[in-house]
Amino acid sequence: MGVEGIGASVVRKEDRRFITGKGRYVDDIKLVGMTHAHFVRSPHAHAKIKSVDTSEAIKMPGVVGVLTGQQIVDDKIGNLICGWAITSKDGTGMKMGAWPAMAPETVRFVGQAVAVVIAETKNQARDAAEAVVVSYEELPAVPDIRAAIKPGAPQLHPEAPGNVIYDWTIGDEGATDAAFKSAANIVSLDITNNRLVPNAMEPRAAIAEYNEPEEHFTLYTTSQNPHVARLVLSAFYNIAQEHKLRVVAPDVGGGFGSKIFIYPEEMVALWASKKVGRPVKWTGDRTEAFLTDAHGRDHLTKAEMAFDKDNKVTGLRVKTYANLGAYMSLFSSSVPTYLYATLLSGQYNIPNIFAEVISVYTNTVPVDAYRGAGRPEASFVVERLMETAARQLKVDPAELRRKNFITQFPHQTPVIMAYDIGDFNASLDAAMKAIDYAGFAGRKAKAKSEGKLRGIGISCYIEACGIAPSKAVGSLGAGVGLWESAEVRVNPVGTIEVLTGSHSHGQGHETSFCQLVAERLGIPISQVQIVHGDTDKVQFGMGTYGSRSAAVGLTAILKAMEKVEAKAKKIAAHQLEASENDIVIENGEFKVTGTDKSIALPMVALAAYTAHNLPDGMEPGLKEGAFYDPTNFTFPAGAYICEMEVDAGTGKTSFVNFVAADDFGRLINPMIVEGQVHGGLAQGIGQALLEGVVYDASGQLVTASFMDYTMPRADDLPSFKLSHTTTLCPGNPLGVKGCGEAGAIGASAAVINAITDAIGNNNLEMPATPDRVWHAIHGNA
Amino acid sequence: MYQTTYHRPSSVDEAASLFAKGSDAKYLAGGHTLIPVMKQRLASPSDVIDLGKIKELIGIEPTGDGIMIKAATTHSDVASSDTVKKAIPALAYLASLIGDPAVRHRGTIGGSLANNDPAADYPAAVLALGATVKTNKRSISADDFFKGLFTTALEDGEIITAVSFPVQAKAGYSKFNHPASRFALTGVFVAKTPAGDVRVAATGASQDGVMRVPAIEAALKANWSAGAIDGVKISADGLMSDIHGTSDYRANLIKVMAQRAVTAAG
Repeated sequence: MGVEGIGASVVRKEDRRFITGKGRYVDDIKLVGMTHAHFVRSPHAHAKIKSVDTSEAIKMPGVVGVLTGQQIVDDKIGNLICGWAITSKDGTGMKMGAWPAMAPETVRFVGQAVAVVIAETKNQARDAAEAVVVSYEELPAVPDIRAAIKPGAPQLHPEAPGNVIYDWTIGDEGATDAAFKSAANIVSLDITNNRLVPNAMEPRAAIAEYNEPEEHFTLYTTSQNPHVARLVLSAFYNIAQEHKLRVVAPDVGGGFGSKIFIYPEEMVALWASKKVGRPVKWTGDRTEAFLTDAHGRDHLTKAEMAFDKDNKVTGLRVKTYANLGAYMSLFSSSVPTYLYATLLSGQYNIPNIFAEVISVYTNTVPVDAYRGAGRPEASFVVERLMETAARQLKVDPAELRRKNFITQFPHQTPVIMAYDIGDFNASLDAAMKAIDYAGFAGRKAKAKSEGKLRGIGISCYIEACGIAPSKAVGSLGAGVGLWESAEVRVNPVGTIEVLTGSHSHGQGHETSFCQLVAERLGIPISQVQIVHGDTDKVQFGMGTYGSRSAAVGLTAILKAMEKVEAKAKKIAAHQLEASENDIVIENGEFKVTGTDKSIALPMVALAAYTAHNLPDGMEPGLKEGAFYDPTNFTFPAGAYICEMEVDAGTGKTSFVNFVAADDFGRLINPMIVEGQVHGGLAQGIGQALLEGVVYDASGQLVTASFMDYTMPRADDLPSFKLSHTTTLCPGNPLGVKGCGEAGAIGASAAVINAITDAIGNNNLEMPATPDRVWHAIHGNA
Repeated sequence: MYQTTYHRPSSVDEAASLFAKGSDAKYLAGGHTLIPVMKQRLASPSDVIDLGKIKELIGIEPTGDGIMIKAATTHSDVASSDTVKKAIPALAYLASLIGDPAVRHRGTIGGSLANNDPAADYPAAVLALGATVKTNKRSISADDFFKGLFTTALEDGEIITAVSFPVQAKAGYSKFNHPASRFALTGVFVAKTPAGDVRVAATGASQDGVMRVPAIEAALKANWSAGAIDGVKISADGLMSDIHGTSDYRANLIKVMAQRAVTAAG
């Protein structure tokens, strides 16, 4: 390894432009002749549109066009799709209602687009949008799961009777029931997994430009996966053909999943740019982000765990209702099914698991993947049950976990996943040591003598990342393959461009991906440039989500690098008159082993491009591509332990300590990994203590700004103590597993376990606000 | 934001005359309420008259029996003022808890009082300290100034010029933050005058805005100690109830914050 190779905490290359304000985001792009879009949005959660009168708006200053939902229908623009088919237990398909990009007849959530005004300036578009008169007939709204499943509840879509999209099961119901019948002890828990707003720092934005003579579109957009956006936009929406559409996702300021999906606004911008013959820009504001970005989580779950007389888990039975909002977003169907229930085995040997998931429509913004996507929900269920069981069975929660840990690998769970490797005892050991678990009883007693309530909570999470083997996800209903592509171009002077289908929107790929090249060739990362986010530059890619960029994207780069190295060695051998088998690469030079003969990379590259003296039959140039399809998911896992203190007078909680021991396999850049864990923990703790979406009974979003929706701030969080225990992933040559979501997956259960331990009441919902904690201590006054 | 006309007068008289001329004028102080509402197009004043640069409205001065804080003085200046810290340290402490550093460097005492947000910090201090609000027309006692949610005794166009605070024998403030906005979910200011009178004011709790808490005042007058509040019953009736705090929780906070304020006051 060089100083900038794999395992080095290299300072992030991209940060210089970000911290000096020189990043180039969609909203920074200004095109000649550009117009601005402002959407007319529904103020009602559920209503029939009786009429849309645009006659005054079109006359307003600067207005170049006013377009409505009816025109979307008239132009045969396709309805938004859902990319993962789920089959119900009765064998029927998903009951999917139509989602037009702008509503022609019915609105089903507050904020849904009804019309759009295109004008010379944003303010003119906004002024004219107020002059669009929409007449609504309000309908009764269904604001949450309980309301959706009530007999006689208002129906959102005629296709989905009872508002049920699917009723899906996994596992062996009969065997699981039998395990419960013969159980020595049963632990059960009702769990609400609270609904969250992703809140990426940069709001969503889009600029569409139509080149009429070429019949070609360019879309600049805030996307985590521009190629997927191009594929979906061209294949399903009748707006542009794939070869006539370039999608660029430049610098993107955070996504957390919310920028995976293709939203109505991008579709409308593209369509409108052709209609008005001018480039169209839309930049969402924070209110639009709250109202229209796909939210995360929102489950109601009843979970039960069966134990034998030796406290071994014999069964797990779970019934979950998942709220998918008013329409099915792109991957919404997969999140509470294949990304959730397949992880219900946790780190434990559970012979029998059965889960039923019923997804429902409500009059709320669509719900889809948010950091962790299904896995935080699963981990929360399993780890809350484990903690509850330990209290009920009166055994130490760490010991109960150890007794049930999977220790032999590979391990096939009853819910599809085959864990390849791990060492769950090692991470729990590390975390217990870091927090001085043995000394906790003494600390608790001391706190009690000072009038404070102190608790400790463990969470041993596992996740499935690097999604995924294309064949496997295809068999489960995915509409796409989930491989990744890469291309390595060695320029004639020896500098290198790496083109990747992964997309960096905060993850630091421009540094960590270079480190692989530095490792392989022994050159500084300054000689390497990562190119991503532009469908004209990178041939294809599946993008970044599900902690997949290192495990899948970087492995594709490695495969391309191996091809480049093989060809470069041939050229070097030819130049040095040696056998290619004797060539080794060190410090940017191709050396003949055992001699002092060498040739530097730039000379090899130059030889490749001058082609004056190449081996017979060799093509000029030094550029190779590769596609990589993994053979399995990767399984990052770890143990988080949190020690908290509660002020009984106010219910305010505070951290005493938070330790995280993660197994991510090989680390490329430990500093970046640390940053990813910190961010994930902040979001996991945010879910546990602070964040929670509230819609009122009429379907109005109560938490529609940062004045009501509590984002975690620095002073809400402790200084985390991180450590790593490592088992190398056998599924990819780098041995990496992924680290982007772990914190968000493991943290919330640790926090709730700690607080409930402190207050001696296990009945506590997230977010555990001071009000809720105080009521849990004192009861309702 | 709709189009508006921005004015930056250099005197209080000029500001008042600009206000009189405007068809629907608004005064701008720190702008933390007015500007967001304008950005959301929920307010469209014809004229915005910025009071923040009027020199006669800025500064802190000792008076015979206390201090006078001029209306456009920022929270940051109050929090860091040696004059305030010496005379009424609890008031400087309160100012240091408002919002965040950006808010404290722009927000003003006059703006906060004129707006009378039911969860703002300053109203609790003004009411508990028995302060006097001075305007370009008159002096208004704290007990007469606050008239309910976002409502004050100020007449249309009247400008707060300063607030006079009398020095106390003891004074303390304790605030429980609203987790999202960092306004007071409930904040309680306790004060004991040199003559032995006790005034206690709670903000963030009542549906009618800042309020005195007579039961706690009586308990503290009899015995100035945190323990004296133990037996006090605070009714949840009339208290705010929302996603961050139910009314019974706020009733509890009034008591707990009052106890902590007494402890802080010494």
